Amino acid sequence: MTTPLTCQELVELITDYFEGALSPADRARFEDHLSACTACRSYLSQMRQTIKLTGQLTPESIPLPEQTELLSIFRDWKNNTLN
Amino acid sequence: MQTSLASEADLLTALRQGNEDAFQTLFDKYHTSLVRLATVYANDRAAAEEVAQDTWIGVLKGLNGFQGRSSLKTWIFTILINRAKTRGQRDSRSLPFSALVSAETESDEPTVSPDRFAQPHDPLETGGHWLQSPRNWEELPEAHVLSQETGQHLKAAIAALPPVQRQVITLRDIDGFSAEEVCNILEISETNQRVLLHRARAKVRQALEHYFEESLS
Repeated sequence: MTTPLTCQELVELITDYFEGALSPADRARFEDHLSACTACRSYLSQMRQTIKLTGQLTPESIPLPEQTELLSIFRDWKNNTLN
Repeated sequence: MQTSLASEADLLTALRQGNEDAFQTLFDKYHTSLVRLATVYANDRAAAEEVAQDTWIGVLKGLNGFQGRSSLKTWIFTILINRAKTRGQRDSRSLPFSALVSAETESDEPTVSPDRFAQPHDPLETGGHWLQSPRNWEELPEAHVLSQETGQHLKAAIAALPPVQRQVITLRDIDGFSAEEVCNILEISETNQRVLLHRARAKVRQALEHYFEESLS
């Protein structure tokens, strides 16, 4: 019989949980603890929200001078290689 | 941000035919991520930008020889890493990447401060439970959570991360690379990838928590 997880242990396993890297036994312990602990469910929810908000950060657009440079790289290559 | 294989194949064909729109599509998609990744190895943004441009030159030169054993995306990023490492070796000020990975994965530091949990005072207590429950962010005003200001704090938290943690969270959670792709591109083990991601996300969560607490008190 395995020992149940403490909250302090659970928070360190959270990424392994999301990545599907926990063993079936550990995953069961994780989910058992979660089902009985509102505080850890809040933490999990905060972590999910963090990941979601991070995913919504829009990448900065490429500054125009850099775009121009990239296009000229392409045109040089095209002229030298394809023609 | 997943590219379907069919559209990557189309892009490749169009590129090989010298289609400028195809090239524009490709660099719109990846250039800022390439520059961001290069900054781990390079000393400043200008150097990172040069490495990224060098990468595109390498991509175009290698187009005909590209056999599709990896995805186009992985191939492009691998070229970047190779260019960045070569350049990093020339600028001897840069720390080797492996040293950075070691430093950032080594110690067994907890990602949540131990003083947030009950410590047992006698052998019969188990301890380890939250002294105070983390707040439920779903109860916060949505407009505030999704605001530009939150975004700024998020960006600042990510920028403050140590370099490899910053790259892993950026590649995974912003650029949408899979765990496997990140391991291949950065040449790190699955375990290290997880440790780095774990630490990065925990720091970002903590920064957000701090910001929400301050801005809403």
